[in-house]
Amino acid sequence: MNGPLIDVNVHLSRWPCRRAPDDETPRLVDRLRRHGVVEAWAGSLDGLLHKDIAAVNARLAEECRAQTAVRLVPFGTVNPMLPDWQEDLRRCAEAHRMPGIRLFPNYHGYDLEHPEFAKLIRLAAERRLIVTLALLMEDERMMHPLLRVAPVDPAPLADRVAQTPGLRLVLLNALRSLRGAPLIKLLGVGDISVEIATLEGVGGVGNLLADIDVGRALFGSHAPIFYFESALLKLKESSLNETELSAMRHENARRLLPIET
Amino acid sequence: MEIWDLHGHLSGVPGRTPDERMAQLIAFADRLGIARICVYMGMTWSYDPAPDDFRKQNDEVLQALSHWADRAFGFVYVNPKHVEASLAELDRCVRDGPMVGVKLWVARRANAPEVDAIVRRATELKAVVFQHSWIKITGNLPGESTPMDVASLAARHPDAAIICGHTGGDWEQGVRAVRAQSHVAVDLGGGDPVAGITESAVRELGAERVIYGSDVGGRSFASQLAKVIGADVAEDAKRLILAGNLKRLLAPILEAKGLSG
Ligand SMILES: [Zn+2]
Repeated sequence: MNGPLIDVNVHLSRWPCRRAPDDETPRLVDRLRRHGVVEAWAGSLDGLLHKDIAAVNARLAEECRAQTAVRLVPFGTVNPMLPDWQEDLRRCAEAHRMPGIRLFPNYHGYDLEHPEFAKLIRLAAERRLIVTLALLMEDERMMHPLLRVAPVDPAPLADRVAQTPGLRLVLLNALRSLRGAPLIKLLGVGDISVEIATLEGVGGVGNLLADIDVGRALFGSHAPIFYFESALLKLKESSLNETELSAMRHENARRLLPIET
Repeated sequence: MEIWDLHGHLSGVPGRTPDERMAQLIAFADRLGIARICVYMGMTWSYDPAPDDFRKQNDEVLQALSHWADRAFGFVYVNPKHVEASLAELDRCVRDGPMVGVKLWVARRANAPEVDAIVRRATELKAVVFQHSWIKITGNLPGESTPMDVASLAARHPDAAIICGHTGGDWEQGVRAVRAQSHVAVDLGGGDPVAGITESAVRELGAERVIYGSDVGGRSFASQLAKVIGADVAEDAKRLILAGNLKRLLAPILEAKGLSG
């Protein structure tokens, strides 16, 4: 094998429009553990639509602490369209000791040109928080008619990141739309990584690594919304060497989030 | 567990010729233990192909199959807007050639009367009929079938072996749309690996009506295979979905052609 597996894209709680087979945390943890996951970076799906984000994040922190078979690392939600979102950011860092936050700009109704977004990622960088940002959560064609949300346009990101020293950014569910030249260009402006949950195409991971440095490619499953096995089998579908597999399975994530000693 | 893939294409696969692309597809299939793959449509697609165009695309598939008779099957791509030419193409590729199924895409909706002659002829030849379908909240193409259209086609052809492509795309509605037509099977391929699709299809339709397909090269084998590998359904059900059902559907025509399954 190629060492432990770190999944940077899992979610706790419920998708608003469907029960997922693993949307009870013990079931999710059991599946992750069976497949060799030792650590998973978990956001809360409640963060998509709930306005009481403080409660969402407190539950997330507690739920993660309650699991022992896999190290669940809570990534609290911050919605910069809410009054006093700075307090949510402070609690994530200071009260819950989270190493990072998760952003859902399209569900929270802002684009990446918004000045509050610039402020948020600057404060996050100052606190050394990893910012994970989901470009989409589901196929736009399949959405509930009352919950139609266009994917986040990543075009303004390059400027935003360039203006935010120290930012460590992980794009979740990005590779559906962001590929080739625009992706390569974006990764050039700062410490930005991507994960493979929405990467498609036959031999997709091999194609990705032909474009980008393997150091920027993380393992992410988007479980339990997606079948966890999708991301895992992608590592098998492409012919990857030991170095690439170790980098994607754990080393890159560990660089971003070293184990506290 | 043996795996047969219902749904593959030459598009989106690396390689300059049909032969090169087929060799690539087989190499990736080998990595995931996929024994057989059904292939349809050419290297360059068109929504509404004229007869010259679909004949050329079928020629490419025939070329791709030529060295892989033990690994691949072909479905003939036709267009109900050109009924006579489509029937002649069925004769050329299925009656007189090696192909075993028919692919209907988005030129004309499945409930159109022009489709009837094609399905009748396919059924006489014991060929299976694969009809693309999707319910898109973003809006279907003008000739793009919904699974409800597939159900209405199936109701007119109780003897045909009809497969509802993509389980209707929006599979939660798709399984309902075709549920009453017990001779319709669903193709799991081509959508995101959203957890629950296979469990839902098995619950509502029975495992014997659910078939694994990938829709490579636009999709990865991995993401689509995960829908079955990762599903909470019985091992017997997985066996049917991964190969058993497709073998059963193809058995009459393979037998008629003296081919082995
Ligand atoms: Zn297809």
